[in-house]
Amino acid sequence: MPRSRVAEVFADEWPVLVATLRRDLGDLGLAEEVAQDAFVEAAARWGPDSTPDRPGAWLLTTARRRAIDQIRRDKRFAERLPALADLASAPSRPESELIDDQLALIFGCCHDSLNAEAQIALTLREVCGLSTNQIADTFLVATPTMAKRLVRAKDKIRKAKVPFVVPEPEDLPSRLAAVLHVIYLIFTAGHTNSEGPALVRGDLCDEARWLCEILDRLLASRPPIQRGPAGGVDEVGHEDHETVAAGRAEVQGLLALMMFTDARRATRIDDGGRLVLLEEQDRGLWDQKLVANAQATLATALAAHHPGPYQLQAIIAGLHTTAPSWEATDWSAIGDLYGRLSVMTPSPVVSLNHAVARSMAEGPAVGLAALDELGERHELDDYRYFHAARADLLRRLESTDEAIAAYRRAIELGGNEAEQEFLRGRLRELGVTDP
Amino acid sequence: MRYLLLLYSAADAGPADGSPEQAAQMPKWFEFSNELSEAGSHLAGEALHGEETATTVRVRDGAPIVTDGPFAETKEVLGGFYMIDVENLDEAKKWAAKVPLAPYGSVEIRPIMEIDVPS
Repeated sequence: MPRSRVAEVFADEWPVLVATLRRDLGDLGLAEEVAQDAFVEAAARWGPDSTPDRPGAWLLTTARRRAIDQIRRDKRFAERLPALADLASAPSRPESELIDDQLALIFGCCHDSLNAEAQIALTLREVCGLSTNQIADTFLVATPTMAKRLVRAKDKIRKAKVPFVVPEPEDLPSRLAAVLHVIYLIFTAGHTNSEGPALVRGDLCDEARWLCEILDRLLASRPPIQRGPAGGVDEVGHEDHETVAAGRAEVQGLLALMMFTDARRATRIDDGGRLVLLEEQDRGLWDQKLVANAQATLATALAAHHPGPYQLQAIIAGLHTTAPSWEATDWSAIGDLYGRLSVMTPSPVVSLNHAVARSMAEGPAVGLAALDELGERHELDDYRYFHAARADLLRRLESTDEAIAAYRRAIELGGNEAEQEFLRGRLRELGVTDP
Repeated sequence: MRYLLLLYSAADAGPADGSPEQAAQMPKWFEFSNELSEAGSHLAGEALHGEETATTVRVRDGAPIVTDGPFAETKEVLGGFYMIDVENLDEAKKWAAKVPLAPYGSVEIRPIMEIDVPS
């Protein structure tokens, strides 16, 4: 859907505006409110295709004016905020501060004192500029519920003084991992709810990719961290530079992972809304341009020589997406990569994927043995994909009764309509008349 | 900004009262308090007697109701607290992680409501 010039400007300017105002005013809620007011005013004053020369400056001035009005009227703010005079005459900020303000906004929205749902909602509202209504729709909750979630999060931020700052180098890896996790959750949500309202950048998958791109750009544009004696020569701390480089490699890894996955979007669901397995997807319909893009992004990430879990997952996704067919996929390489991943970020799900890859490389009996061993730890008892994977291997080994039991267990454990229908289809193939 | 660090642990977690293990832990607690004071962040800190020494008072319909024990039976019980003054939640988290009880209990961080007294 072609967007007006104004809509494009809004998409670009929103996070900068919110980040700057949050810094000015020291309050995220007020910042968001006056930013929204400024955008509403802009929509009314500008035509659909005419924007001022410096829209960011126009929006900031307008928002600040509204903030001053609010502060005058609401005593709550007057005590906590910087002097009005400072705000009114504040000069336009240098580029480097704008970068840090936006990074502070992203890291703040993903602070670990907030639960995952709150982090996701805040990031989508404050950074991506989605409306509360849009966020509610895409997560299939009622708008008042989502509104309350956002209010609660902003309340906690204010009352507990959750800091909105760029993390110190020693904290950067863990804080960045949290941000990447939020981005990946947004992407997965977009992937599952393939139907949703048209958003700023298309859909949640596009928002997630945009978040990765802006995060990488911001990290790249940061001036080197200055250390050294006051008045002395500014030095770039070597470890700080390496920390940022390692961070960017993972950001790019996640971006590549999402691009590889998106490249297969057209073939995930068939015309009847049914799930199509990777095994059966028409690879001719995959977006080769996006695949090429993903490969280039991954290559850049790997060139930094800072391996990480998202980069590993991206390599795996790349092997799938560039394989000419399911049979010709390099399963043994994928198995090795999952092996490495299970050392880096051990998790039952990674072990599950490892076992599945091994079943393809070494045969279903080997895979089943690996799955059964995993099953003894009982961490995946309620994970439908574990049972679906077991069922599939049992089916291939012609253990029909056990396969049926496993498919039934998988169905019991939920999943969306397309997944459930697929599993029922398998049961019918095995002769179950009433799955 | 002031925060309360509320120290919770299960009855069977951590060193037993009066045990040599507990005696061995004491220096760690002194060290923590000293570090907190030296940073200028220590406002208060106390250990509490066990939950079996608690008494709970409620007033309903004007009448006081007194019960023997804590306000509720919980798996982890309140054993002590610190009141600290730090810049923001990240600072509070760093101190909470250093509390010697953290490896076997839970430290809850609560921001203190600063009520502005009208002049």
